[in-house]
Amino acid sequence: MKLYFKYMLMLLRSEMQYRGSFLLMTFCQCLTPFVTFAGVYFMFERFGELKGWSFYEVALCFAVTQVAFSFTECFARGFDVFSSLVVSGNFDRLLVRPRSTVVQVLGSRFEFARIGRLLLSAGVLVWAASQIEASWTPLKVVALVLMVVSGVVIFTGIFILAAAISFWTVQGLEVANIFTDGGREMIQYPLNIYHKWVKRFFTFIIPFACVNYLPLLYILGRDGADHPLYALLPLIGIVFIAPCLLVWRIGVRHYRSTGS
Amino acid sequence: MMKAYLSVFRLRINMGLQYRAAALAGIATQFFFGFMFVMIFQAFYAHSVSTPPMTLAAVITYTWLKQAFLAFIMLWFRDNELFGLITSGNIAYEMCRPSDIYGLWYAKLLATRLSSALLRCFPILLITLILPRPYRLELPADLLTFVLFIAVLLVGLLMIVAISMLIYISVFVTMSPSGSIMLFAIFGEFLSGLIIPVPLMPGWMQHIVNALPFHWTADFPFRVFTGDLSKSEALVGLAAQAAWLIGLVALGKILMNKALRRVVVQGG
Repeated sequence: MKLYFKYMLMLLRSEMQYRGSFLLMTFCQCLTPFVTFAGVYFMFERFGELKGWSFYEVALCFAVTQVAFSFTECFARGFDVFSSLVVSGNFDRLLVRPRSTVVQVLGSRFEFARIGRLLLSAGVLVWAASQIEASWTPLKVVALVLMVVSGVVIFTGIFILAAAISFWTVQGLEVANIFTDGGREMIQYPLNIYHKWVKRFFTFIIPFACVNYLPLLYILGRDGADHPLYALLPLIGIVFIAPCLLVWRIGVRHYRSTGS
Repeated sequence: MMKAYLSVFRLRINMGLQYRAAALAGIATQFFFGFMFVMIFQAFYAHSVSTPPMTLAAVITYTWLKQAFLAFIMLWFRDNELFGLITSGNIAYEMCRPSDIYGLWYAKLLATRLSSALLRCFPILLITLILPRPYRLELPADLLTFVLFIAVLLVGLLMIVAISMLIYISVFVTMSPSGSIMLFAIFGEFLSGLIIPVPLMPGWMQHIVNALPFHWTADFPFRVFTGDLSKSEALVGLAAQAAWLIGLVALGKILMNKALRRVVVQGG
């Protein structure tokens, strides 16, 4: 863990060497969710509601997703660009060091500029949370925090899984984007607006529903979802990381250097 | 002169066609995103309080066209080779070549987009044509509309390459590609109707969009296809596109010449 923070500090220092460029990037980063969010807003202005969800409710969903995703991208970006390590054969260097490969890959890259995105989404989160019609209890706040934490863990898991694929394919696969970027886009809206099979896939295979509309139902006090267990559902999402780490370990064992 | 551009163009096309596996992965991704957008639109349309200015079928067709021709309409299509030339100083070699850099780069960028779109658009179009009803890509009402669509799509492509040339030229000044590309890409995406179709935006936003060139590259051709715009509107639009294209290319050439005159190459 100490090693991880050391990596972080090192990369932060090197990034700060180009302060102007860093600030510009941070600013640009926060524009991306802003523009998407504007799209959501305009759609609601045109259509009024979305299958019973109001604008602020969807905004909350959107913000939780964005906060979780940008947080993950900020800290787990190393896995996203991992295939380049395999292609160049540089992964060999990580293997000979006496530390866990996960920590080293995690520490190989930090995108601090994503903080811009994080801040904007966090702003939307607080704003939407204050606007929705819900009586906030301590447990509901806990549920909201758990949603974000669990979201980060699930996205990290997907990043690890996508990176582990490159142990077999060498080249990274664009298809993995379906689950990273696609997953993000998808759970910006409450999952129950989609078809049943999509909902099922993202509930039971990738447990996005645990950070998405199920706890949201609890926070809003909707039909039948008033059992406090709903608030703890995001914890199940955290379990998702276990199989991902397992695949990673199998992958590392399977790894054969490209030699270049 | 034209021959040099043509051969650069052909080289690039062949290079792009090498990556068939990547294209296949791209197609799968486009399908996933396409279905997701369609489902979101369906959900919005299901409980609409007023009649929206575009039918659901038109929006779905719009979405599939967008997915199929992504390589034609996306601004973030970047060519790292060109950026490398500018930031590393290898631009000096390019300047020694006996042909105009603007034309050469334009041909390169155009070919990259064309080859990528050629590989990806046909499978997506074919499959979406035979999908069951609410998801299907609906063909235009008559042949003339289709011909008009092809024409405005191609002029739109020429426009987007001209716009992306401006991004490359801006790198001469900023020396860092990420900033200018992101600014252009983020706003360009929204302004060309890729996040939500322009008719679904509120009135004041539509005024802004219509004043800028971006919507001519994506929103306009797609709405010609769906029949949202009449044939006479399409023809008027075609003229406007041509005017924008000439303006953008002229602007690009002037800025490029200015930038090249000031370019400083460190030895190395």
